[in-house]
Amino acid sequence: MFKWLHPYANPEVSYNFCGKLQPWLFRISTIFLVIGLVWALLFAPADYQQGDSFRIFYIHVPAAILAMGIYFAMASAALASLVWQFKLADASAAAMAPIGAVFTAIALITGAAWGKPMWGTWWIWDARLTSELILLFLYLGVIALHNAFEDKNLAGKAAGILSLVGVINLPIIHYSVEWWNTLHQGATVSKLGAPSMSAVMYWPFLICLLGFSFLIAALVCLRFRTEVLARNSMRPWVRELAINSLRSEQQISCNSQQCHSNNPNQGTK
Amino acid sequence: MSYDLTINIIKLTLTVVIILPVAQLTTPLLSANNLTCIREERILFEQLNLQINAGDIVQIEGPNGAGKTSLLRILAGLSEPYDGQVYFYDNQHKQAIHDDGELFHQKLVYLGHLPGVKGEMSAAENLTFNLALHGLNTNSVDANLNEVNLLGFEDSLASHLSAGQHRRIALARLFAAQTLAEKAKIWILDEPFTAIDKQGVANLEHLFLQHAQQGGCVILTTHQDLTIAKDNLKKITLAYRFY
Amino acid sequence: MTQASPRSIDKKTIDKKTIEKSTLKQNALPPSINHNNKLSYRGAFNLVVKRDLTIALRHKDDILNPLLFFIIVVTLFPLGIGPEASTLSRIAPGIIWVAALLATLLSLDRLFKADHGDGSLEQMLLSPHPVFVLVLAKIVAHWLITGLPLLIVAPLLAVLLHLNEQSYGALMLTLLLGTPVLSLLGAIGVALTVGIKKGGVLLSLLVLPLYIPVLIFATSAIDTAALGLPYGGQLAIIAALFFGSLTLAPFAVGAALKVSTN
Repeated sequence: MFKWLHPYANPEVSYNFCGKLQPWLFRISTIFLVIGLVWALLFAPADYQQGDSFRIFYIHVPAAILAMGIYFAMASAALASLVWQFKLADASAAAMAPIGAVFTAIALITGAAWGKPMWGTWWIWDARLTSELILLFLYLGVIALHNAFEDKNLAGKAAGILSLVGVINLPIIHYSVEWWNTLHQGATVSKLGAPSMSAVMYWPFLICLLGFSFLIAALVCLRFRTEVLARNSMRPWVRELAINSLRSEQQISCNSQQCHSNNPNQGTK
Repeated sequence: MSYDLTINIIKLTLTVVIILPVAQLTTPLLSANNLTCIREERILFEQLNLQINAGDIVQIEGPNGAGKTSLLRILAGLSEPYDGQVYFYDNQHKQAIHDDGELFHQKLVYLGHLPGVKGEMSAAENLTFNLALHGLNTNSVDANLNEVNLLGFEDSLASHLSAGQHRRIALARLFAAQTLAEKAKIWILDEPFTAIDKQGVANLEHLFLQHAQQGGCVILTTHQDLTIAKDNLKKITLAYRFY
Repeated sequence: MTQASPRSIDKKTIDKKTIEKSTLKQNALPPSINHNNKLSYRGAFNLVVKRDLTIALRHKDDILNPLLFFIIVVTLFPLGIGPEASTLSRIAPGIIWVAALLATLLSLDRLFKADHGDGSLEQMLLSPHPVFVLVLAKIVAHWLITGLPLLIVAPLLAVLLHLNEQSYGALMLTLLLGTPVLSLLGAIGVALTVGIKKGGVLLSLLVLPLYIPVLIFATSAIDTAALGLPYGGQLAIIAALFFGSLTLAPFAVGAALKVSTN
């Protein structure tokens, strides 16, 4: 069943594969983000109620969606590693956690920035913002647990268990917070409803979402490669890689030094 | 000035010296395939294969940090090897230890560095709990404590006893396990002789020999020289590796 | 096989001898404890619960300290907020529940830490009983030691905080159903951090976010009861959380303990 995946279970192969994939992902994400953001921020029509401050949604909503999505991706990687013993799945989960945390933070900050002109305050205990905040705590817990273990393999397993527990709890937390919010809705709280999007708003939003997704994929590739290197540092192929990169650095520095050191020598002759 | 990159890789290959006992029927109890262990980015051992038969007493030797404890913990199923698999045999039927952990644990006695003794309970209570936890007979607790020279201390709280006495409480389980023919055949003991006096060591060696003769096996690490005859003793030597 | 048969007979005779030896010894000494050595889940469960309760009763700090913490935290709030009865009764459910969360968190450390430190944890993982049963027994014992006392003291603290008289039943029921959830979810966090030297602060970071649903529904049930409305819905959700965590958490704890003792 997993036959086609089998070669990628080898760390060296997947390291090289991600190395090839990564620049393309960066290029695609740059193209999408430039088109999407320029369209969204400059050309898309302003919201009739909220004016131009609505435009932050083109960053806020993709960040919020993807922050949640990365957590699910991380938990599925953890499941793969715990159930099928894919060692590389641990590395990918470790690569995803900080990126997810950063996107959650972006969603929170942009949400607060939007709240200031709308509600007149930076923070409001809105259901979505609150669950984003709790999601951030869950991410920080996973990252902290990762850092607490000295052994990377153990760290991956422990953080994997935690992210699985978290992913079961995430919907429960989300809905309980939403329920709590409707229960305690005061008169001052104006509900942050999902704006009904027209097609002119929808397309730039979709392009932004795609751009951010590719950006995340590229960043995960980047971090995954370093995680693979860190976990396999005693393997011959990593040593070879390190020696080669040292040699090439050395050559560069030698070349530059030759310019300085060889000339005076020749002069004395 | 040029950087001369010199990498000194001192590679000491793993040597497994197994002196096969003469004229011993081989009923395998435990075997390991291609075990690789990596701790803190250092390879402790790689591609280790071994088979332990009924009647074997295996001493694992090596300097500190060579991975003796890691090997024992992997064989007991407490640690996961980086690669490879450990198998046990149920009536000659080979099974991975994680496939039926409960059956394997019935056959296993593992004593690690830590004695697993609770200071809040008395010596007898500790032993009773240990035996009951492993499904062993708890009827002869006093006799078992007697075997390890703890008679008279049954009812004193373990927190009032010394480290050596804690270890004796843990070792008393071996005397209870020894009377069982089918259960608890595989003994994995990490430094069983620390804090044990000379007479105690002699008693234990006698016990090991008896257990081996009854079709069990003992895998142990120790820095002491065992007086057990060469015929019965196998040795596995782990070398310290620098990367 | 033909060669094996004399050997097996030989083995049997040895076994008989040793058995005779041991029975002789057994007769010589009074049989102090009469446990049967059959493997049963209930036997293993009772064994571990009994042992943990014995240890806790001989080491009473484990029971008293979290309880004192609970009481002190609750008494701090009126001092910080002011003694007006109306304010206090408004925030009483939240205060009691937050204090219960913190007290449970404080007591969680003793769940596996001591066992990990003296090696009895690895002996439990190597016992022929399923880890699920042993872990569940430890969590039940933990709840009996720390959750139950909270339940007993809570009405007293509710009096101090002028809790609405209609909500006492809700308070007790939510604590009864909710504190086991705290023990179960907390056990996952402890199991993950038990091998780490400075696991205490990390534990709160891992565990507290998971407690949020219990907190929300419990306090809401108490608030609803104060208005004289039915609070069965919230209680049902807490019960669902309880049964969900009862079935799933011990597996996660077992897996986490295997990682931690690795």
